[in-house]
Amino acid sequence: MPGGERRRAASAEAREARLAWCLAAPAIATILLVALFPLGWTVWESMHLHDLRMPWLGRSFIGADNYVEAVRDARFRQALGHTLLFTVATVTIELGLGCTLALAMNRAFRGRALVRAAVLVPWAIPTVVSALLWRFIFEGRAGIANALMVDVGLVREAPVWFIRSGLVWIPVVLADVWKTTPFVALLLLAGLQNIDASLYEAARIDGASAWRQFRHVTLPLLRPAILVALIFRTLDAFRVFDLVYVMTGGGPGTSTEPIALYTFNTLLQNLRFGYGSALSVIVFAVVFGLALGYIRFLGAGLTETRG
Amino acid sequence: MASVRLDGVEKVYPNGHVAARGLDIDVADGEFMVLVGPSGCGKSTALRMIAGLETPTAGRVLIGDRDVTALPPQERDIAMVFQSYALYPHMTVRENLAFGLRMRGAARPAIAERVEAVARPLGLDAVLDRKPGQLSGGQRQRVALGRAMVRDPKVFLFDEPLSNLDAKLRVETRAELARLHRRLRATIVYVTHDQEEALTLGSRVTVMRDGVVEQVGPPMEVYRRPASVFVAGFVGSPAMNFLQGDLVAVFGGDAQRGPVTLGIRPHDLVLTPADNADLIARVDVVEPRGSELLVHLRLGADGQGQEIRVVAPPEPMPPVDSVVGLHADRQRLHWFDTTTGKRIE
Amino acid sequence: MSRARWGTVAIVLLVLGSGFPLYWAIVSSFTPEARLYGTPSLIPRVLVLDHYRALFTQREFWVPIRNSLIVAGSTTGFCVLVGGLCAYALARLRFRGKAPLLGLILAVSVFPQISVVSPLYLLLRRLHLINTYPGLILPYLTFAMPLTVWLLVGFFRQLPAELEEAAMVDGASRLRTIREIVWPLAIPGLAATAILTFVYSWNEFLFALSFTLGPERQTVPVAIALFRGQYQVPWGQILAAAVVATAPVALLVLAFQRRIVQGLTAGAVKG
Ligand SMILES: Nc1ncnc2c1ncn2[C@@H]1O[C@H](COP(=O)(O)OP(=O)(O)OP(=O)(O)O)[C@@H](O)[C@H]1O
Ligand SMILES: [Mg+2]
Repeated sequence: MPGGERRRAASAEAREARLAWCLAAPAIATILLVALFPLGWTVWESMHLHDLRMPWLGRSFIGADNYVEAVRDARFRQALGHTLLFTVATVTIELGLGCTLALAMNRAFRGRALVRAAVLVPWAIPTVVSALLWRFIFEGRAGIANALMVDVGLVREAPVWFIRSGLVWIPVVLADVWKTTPFVALLLLAGLQNIDASLYEAARIDGASAWRQFRHVTLPLLRPAILVALIFRTLDAFRVFDLVYVMTGGGPGTSTEPIALYTFNTLLQNLRFGYGSALSVIVFAVVFGLALGYIRFLGAGLTETRG
Repeated sequence: MASVRLDGVEKVYPNGHVAARGLDIDVADGEFMVLVGPSGCGKSTALRMIAGLETPTAGRVLIGDRDVTALPPQERDIAMVFQSYALYPHMTVRENLAFGLRMRGAARPAIAERVEAVARPLGLDAVLDRKPGQLSGGQRQRVALGRAMVRDPKVFLFDEPLSNLDAKLRVETRAELARLHRRLRATIVYVTHDQEEALTLGSRVTVMRDGVVEQVGPPMEVYRRPASVFVAGFVGSPAMNFLQGDLVAVFGGDAQRGPVTLGIRPHDLVLTPADNADLIARVDVVEPRGSELLVHLRLGADGQGQEIRVVAPPEPMPPVDSVVGLHADRQRLHWFDTTTGKRIE
Repeated sequence: MSRARWGTVAIVLLVLGSGFPLYWAIVSSFTPEARLYGTPSLIPRVLVLDHYRALFTQREFWVPIRNSLIVAGSTTGFCVLVGGLCAYALARLRFRGKAPLLGLILAVSVFPQISVVSPLYLLLRRLHLINTYPGLILPYLTFAMPLTVWLLVGFFRQLPAELEEAAMVDGASRLRTIREIVWPLAIPGLAATAILTFVYSWNEFLFALSFTLGPERQTVPVAIALFRGQYQVPWGQILAAAVVATAPVALLVLAFQRRIVQGLTAGAVKG
């Protein structure tokens, strides 16, 4: 009898577990099918010579040759460099600016709704649209950016932004900063609003200066929010594709080509699926490594602020 | 109505926390059983295992004669009032009250009639068509009560139902619950961390500590003959005084083996003139409490000894720093074995 | 006082900074083509509907709009339905393997899209789904499903568990509880999640570019990006198209702004 009861008692939990798996199964199956299975396929593909332009070559196993080629590929290394440059530039600017904005907004009593609108619209519009929008702003001699700069007297002769490989980064970075800084500010503002106001009162009673309050109260407590924003932005920036594809096409030449765009071109323009897959795997590995590193970092940050 | 029995029930949460170890609780049919204990001692866990909201890791739960250990809550025929009341915010009071009947497939006219019948004595007829968000705290509490009462469940379970009410309303509702129990002759298991509530409401009281039952008994017995130092300190207000070790000799009494703890309730001590007293103490603080005084003293003529509390009549008020004597009725002393904490008869 | 003033300055800067490019795009989309290449002026002198007219008559811009609506709508519907059930289980039910599942979903949500383009292309080609609606919806699930589940788990966790416990004690089965208690209370969160998923799907570019061949199945972002005139860039039409592409998502997001901000920041702050 007790044995039978034990089995029945276990079955109450088993029933709940069974229901849980039934509810979760379709979504999990979808994720396995459309994300995990293709990822495995990419890895498999990356170890083969597979060129859709030359179907007669078939699909022969070549081990790590594609990866060796990637390491030797100057254009790939350049693309990696562009991606890093873009990531570091945009993430730094966006976090710095976003943090400043959030701190200032946290003090405002009015205008919450306006802020939300100003934040959400750039965030919600398609990247393709914001890329075109900023291209238009910087386009040619008649672009509004050039006109304003000449009017104000910043430059005498309007520069041609999209021809010179150094200048072209400015509108690209600016477009990204415009689209995402408000969002970063919003995340940080939410973090700031979670900080108990009495902490500041206590700090002020203890005679802490504004800087010390920021340094010893705001910054440590805001750290989780900052790290989350950092993760989101870094991973997003590293995957940059739409913005560059539409704004510069990677040009002039390949001087703004990020890694995702080079991979895309290798796959769908040159139809080199084996090599392109190897590049995909490298992008994946870098992004995943970054994410894992951050999560450890973030985890540490979280426990630290709790303890 | 039915009896409830926890039989060697154990609960280990997935995080490894042991919230109940070998709980044996027997609630007779029609009894008002109060589970009381400090925060985190596992009262809610025990109640939730009776309800079927948690599954015991070992042991059995019986309602009536039926082993319900493996049954989900909906098949146990119980009613529960939550501390937060858990009123369905998207339903009117009427729908909240009707929910349980509807889930059990009662006929529409029968539901309407029963809801009315329950709402009237609770003073809810005027607010039947409001949503819970538009009610006062006391009204919400009554809706929660009403929702438990519409069905005739085998057992009522209450998890600190009064803790969100203000002091006055709490005392009123306490009396109402006592009347309710008398009228319905219902089996009630009631969780609280308030020892006063436990003493006033319970037919019997179960004192819990760290997932273990410390003592079960009628309220006055738990108060008069606490089974352990823990129960003695937890039940009764102001809390019992405890004196250790060498004080045994002062009162004479039976010689004890090993260290002992002496417990004396503040009500059982009397202030006397200092001469010829068993025990001398210096008055430290005097708190007038209306009908009585709470006097804090320190043992010894120099006032350096252990702190001790005495409840004294309001007249005469002992001056602060005066030296007074203490007298205790020997019948009212509680002896405990210091190492085990258990009562010594 | 000065603290509040700094706040106001920041808000004004933020609103100007985000607003001006939008203003400029809208104004330019109503400016005649000839004036677009002259000296720009901040206040428009002549406004015309030419570009919008051309957009729908010459360019048949309603085709990509229809495509986007179908693809983003189907993706959203499927994800909210299927992902909602999964999220409920992950948020509420007790079962072994929950933590690894949540980890899996989080991991998949940081997948770079580019890393699955090659197999998806080969797969869709073999299934003859290139340049079809299912051929877009299927890839969209790679990012939309983890996103939906993740947002909804956060949302379901905010609903008080005691309500469901009370319902079960009152005699409702788990499924009945989901229908009678969880579902009505979850509608706002489901709506916010649906909007976010829709916005992400509507804006998606890489998959739509990779898995369509011609205008008949292109989505709005692809159609706009590939707008090219024969001799020069038709900026007027591009900007008109940009306004048309942005308007639905912008309006949706503004209409539900409070909830969306809650959803986004709650998920993020709690990590
Ligand atoms: N789901 C859970 N997972 C892990 N530990 C839990 C869980 N629920 C409760 N506990 C722990 O079990 C112990 C007993 O909890 P329980 O809620 O039964 O206490 P309680 O006596 O009702 O206290 P209170 O008076 O504060 O309500 C506590 O230490 C609590 O932290
Ligand atoms: Mg409790």
